[in-house]
Amino acid sequence: MDYKEYKKNPLSFQPDFSDFLPATEQERQNMIVMRESVSFWKDGFRRFRKNKLAMASLVVIILIMIFAFVIPFFYPYSYEQQIRGSENLGIMEYSEQELERIEAGEKVFPHLLGTDSLGRDLMIRIMAGSRISLLVGIVASAIILVIGSLYGSIAGYFGGRVDMIMMRIVDIIYTVPDILVIILLSVTLKYPLKDLSDNVKGFGWINTIGIGLISIFIVFSLLYWVGMARIVRSQVLMLKEQEFVTAAKALGASDSRIIRKHLLTNSIGTLIVTTTLQIPSSIFTESFLSFLGLGVSAPMPSLGSLASQAIGGISSYPHRLMAPAVMISLIILSFNLLGDGLRDAFDPRLKNQEG
Amino acid sequence: MSAYIVKRIVSAVITLFLVATLTFFLMYLVPGGPFLSEKAPSQQTLKALHEKYGLDKPIWVQYLNYMKRLIRGDLGTSLKMRGQEVNDIIKTRFPVSAKLGLVAILLAVCIGIPMGAVAALNRGRWPDRLIMFFSTLGIAVPGFVTATVLMLFFGVRLHVLPTFGLTSPLHYVLPVVSLAFYPTSYISRLMRSSMLDVLGQDYMRTARAKGLSRLKALFKHALRNAVLPVVTYLGPMLANILTGSFVIEKIFTIPGLGSQFVGSITDRDYPLIMGTTIFLAFLLITMNVIVDIAYKIIDPRIKLK
Repeated sequence: MDYKEYKKNPLSFQPDFSDFLPATEQERQNMIVMRESVSFWKDGFRRFRKNKLAMASLVVIILIMIFAFVIPFFYPYSYEQQIRGSENLGIMEYSEQELERIEAGEKVFPHLLGTDSLGRDLMIRIMAGSRISLLVGIVASAIILVIGSLYGSIAGYFGGRVDMIMMRIVDIIYTVPDILVIILLSVTLKYPLKDLSDNVKGFGWINTIGIGLISIFIVFSLLYWVGMARIVRSQVLMLKEQEFVTAAKALGASDSRIIRKHLLTNSIGTLIVTTTLQIPSSIFTESFLSFLGLGVSAPMPSLGSLASQAIGGISSYPHRLMAPAVMISLIILSFNLLGDGLRDAFDPRLKNQEG
Repeated sequence: MSAYIVKRIVSAVITLFLVATLTFFLMYLVPGGPFLSEKAPSQQTLKALHEKYGLDKPIWVQYLNYMKRLIRGDLGTSLKMRGQEVNDIIKTRFPVSAKLGLVAILLAVCIGIPMGAVAALNRGRWPDRLIMFFSTLGIAVPGFVTATVLMLFFGVRLHVLPTFGLTSPLHYVLPVVSLAFYPTSYISRLMRSSMLDVLGQDYMRTARAKGLSRLKALFKHALRNAVLPVVTYLGPMLANILTGSFVIEKIFTIPGLGSQFVGSITDRDYPLIMGTTIFLAFLLITMNVIVDIAYKIIDPRIKLK
């Protein structure tokens, strides 16, 4: 019987026979949902790649990293080298001695951004300064990530009284005026650190990295982990109620394994986004501190201290101020945009939580 | 309500106590204690000074004395400016900074809120793009960059605005603008997102449906509700303005507390650093408590715990 030809009376209660026909091969194919499975990372990166602004800022960050970490190896000057007779040169200018050397047929690398009052090449100093800024941003954020995620996940996972006490501590640190304490710590921390590196064996490395830099790491990680801890805790509170945690518990997984393998792994999106957004804020604070003269110690330059030194000669040498100023703004801006892009791609829920 | 206020005040007192304790012990890390300077005093003078200020006593006695003095509001004596009390320095310097900061806060609020609202109402069109461009720039550019670029352009190149001191209203322009740049940008971003949130709410449709004009619905319903999250930013903004003032006052040589503080850091004038820190911490913490309590009063939807 040809059911297709069968016309059903719209008012009749008789079943529509065409609904009960065995499916054809094509219909069967259409029913099978066989999309390629998309992993968390793939999905995120697909969304991230669509965001032109974030991609552009990623490219800028990579370029800045090459500028700060790779090019200095091939650059003919070093950041602490004082070239006699080449003080206060303008952009692309040569000193008299250098002109003589060029006359003699020697090749002299130009001072792309001129030199400062001590005859140091400004270009390489900006590279070194960017390196310090990037180092501070990335290392400090990594330390904050470790402390904050451990603290937050422990508080969230165990809950109850442990959570209450731990979060009360966080609340109190949160209300401490951070910048004041940071200034206070950077003023005073240098002495015990110097003492430690000079007198205690095995701590000599502090001097190699630089006391200023180490104290900045300590200071940032002492104060800034609380924000991270709060965010991780709220994630863990949500995740720990889910079935896979109960399943893991039922299988006899230890607490530390659940935190490491299940809770932290599942909040990886939030962790990445928060860490990326922490980087520009650390760089911001570092440049502020070195502008006040509290950052890394001379002769090592930082973008903040370069800008601060340039203020004296602002009317005659404005480029000395503009160069580090543009650099620091570019670094912070591109990390901010990258963080925003990552947040949209990996953690869309976070979007409405802040301005 | 009163329980909340009490809780908030108690936690503020704990924080202050912590900051003061931290300050005291950090002071101890500095070799030579509070009497360190380039011209090291002789052993005898040092001993006499230590005796005078009770520094020869055990540390806990010193700590108690220090706390007792602090409670009375005595912040000690400056090291570099002989014989000047920290309290007096703060008294003369702080009003200058406060005036500057208040003008900057007013500017940030009066420009940031309308800008954010305009951006939200024109979402995706050019006013939104323009405002968002500047505010993204504003939160990425450190205060010292804004200040120096403004100074270079308007002060040094164009010679239209004075670049140092605070003697006439015209002198306020550059420092206030550079101080307010970051908070203005932040407020307009905050305002934009909360405004977008409010505009999508059901009560906005209801307001229009019951026949309220567009403007009336905007002012009576949207703006009022959208401004609330901005109030929460007032506390952090104060901290921003304060840290900004360190840099701005240094750049524009303004005789305020900020430049004083920076000066005391470069001079390593420890008692002055400590005193100013405690004073500023007190100020910030108190303002934060006030803002928090005010926020709960303004927004009745927030349940008090």
